[in-house]
Amino acid sequence: MPPAEENDLKTRRAFLAAAGAAGLLYTAALAYPIYRYLASPNEMAMNATAVTEVTLKDAQKLPAGSVLMFKFGTAPAMLIHHLDGRWIGLTAVCTHLGCTVQYEPQADRIHCACHGGVYNPYSGANVSGPPPKPLKLFKVAVNETGVEVSRA
Amino acid sequence: MSTQTIPKPIEKPTEKANPLYDWVDERLGVSEMMAFARHKTVPVHSQSFWYYWGGISLFLFLVQCFTGVLLLVYYRPGAEAYESVRQITFVMHFGWLIRSAHAWSANLMMFSILVHTFSVYFMKAYRKPREFGWLSGMALLGIASVFGFSGYLLPMDELSYFATKVGLEIPSAIPWIGPAIATMLRGGPEVGEFTVQRFFALHVVVLPALFVPLLAFHLWLVQRHGNAAPPSVEALPASQRKSMPFVPNFLRKDLAMWLISLNVLALLASVFPWALGKQADSLVPAPAGIHPEWYFMSPFEMLKLLGNILPGESGEIAGLLLFTLGIALWILIPFYDNTKESGQKARAAHYFGLLAVFLLLATTVIGYWAAR
Repeated sequence: MPPAEENDLKTRRAFLAAAGAAGLLYTAALAYPIYRYLASPNEMAMNATAVTEVTLKDAQKLPAGSVLMFKFGTAPAMLIHHLDGRWIGLTAVCTHLGCTVQYEPQADRIHCACHGGVYNPYSGANVSGPPPKPLKLFKVAVNETGVEVSRA
Repeated sequence: MSTQTIPKPIEKPTEKANPLYDWVDERLGVSEMMAFARHKTVPVHSQSFWYYWGGISLFLFLVQCFTGVLLLVYYRPGAEAYESVRQITFVMHFGWLIRSAHAWSANLMMFSILVHTFSVYFMKAYRKPREFGWLSGMALLGIASVFGFSGYLLPMDELSYFATKVGLEIPSAIPWIGPAIATMLRGGPEVGEFTVQRFFALHVVVLPALFVPLLAFHLWLVQRHGNAAPPSVEALPASQRKSMPFVPNFLRKDLAMWLISLNVLALLASVFPWALGKQADSLVPAPAGIHPEWYFMSPFEMLKLLGNILPGESGEIAGLLLFTLGIALWILIPFYDNTKESGQKARAAHYFGLLAVFLLLATTVIGYWAAR
């Protein structure tokens, strides 16, 4: 290749590379605000999930054999006051496909209506059905003004 | 023979040998479309600059669709309208920028549509066979202003509230049926959450459903008849007329204009973010210096001036009549100024256009002067 032509090719290549980089930067400058805009609710939820402790006011009055559903951060959770007086806090999201589970006092079990998963209401262990993992337990502290639920 | 540079037939041996291309081509006629694109040309003359404004309007409409969908992600019409716009503007990341881009782009789109309209008018591009292009264009302009009017209410701040209240006084001045029309548009006797809800339906469903097919028709007509050259150029012998191929020469310039428009929009939207006023409250008096958006200033001021000359209800009706007559004459211009010769009618149409421009500018200036 003659040197002039080679030089020509080099400047051409450099120009195309610079134009490509400028185009990419331009696109990124447009895409970034749009991404952040659309991601806003998720970022807010992330801040909410950073919660490590929830105080449930007056929850100490919950009668034995009943349940209180509440939100731990953004996720559903349950506080069970068992007939034997024990207090148990658990996540209420089925580990199978994410439905909200239900405490059944008569059967003394936690049941998921979506696909029939069953959990132990004291330990959260997955007993039968499709759930692959147990429900997570929270630490529970009961006092005169309410119940404090925190990450175990 | 025109002196246009006929693009060399592009050799694409790979296309001929590509079975996938052949398969698609046989079903969709891609080759025909490409042949059409290769033969499409744009006239080149001293007024060619005005050809870009239709394309700029189209680009800004696309920006409106895109930013509009982004706003739709968080906007809630009805009673929560103001709160949701507050959230978009102050809580969501870059929400202020998206909203500002939508508002600025709306204004720029109105501006470029008006430039396009007047350049078509003065280049007499509405003459045979382009009458439908003119008519569909006027309909698009009309729908665009209803887009502007309905969108203005959606944030439900003070300005939107009073602008809508005053704007709906115009249809209610129509004799007999006027008040019923205004009440129907308002969704009750007062501007409120029901008004926002129905303006929202209008703004995001009804108007796009009317605008998009009409726009497609408008663009199809441009493909069918090509760009009109002004009469002075058309009078030249064919050998002195110049043109350039649409693909890639004009298309490249068109896209460059789009890029410039996008840069102007980005600059305006970020440096001058669109404000959000206080929440609309019918018990709070209208703020001082309140005035309509610039593209409604002229008709508003014309009606006001006519109302001053002819006071009372008869004045209102006479004003509306005169106004409607003017618009009708403007729309029907292709059927009056219909010959290629530059005779009496062509001159009359030209003066009518100048009169319209003068009236629009003068009443806009008077309107801003009065609102100081």
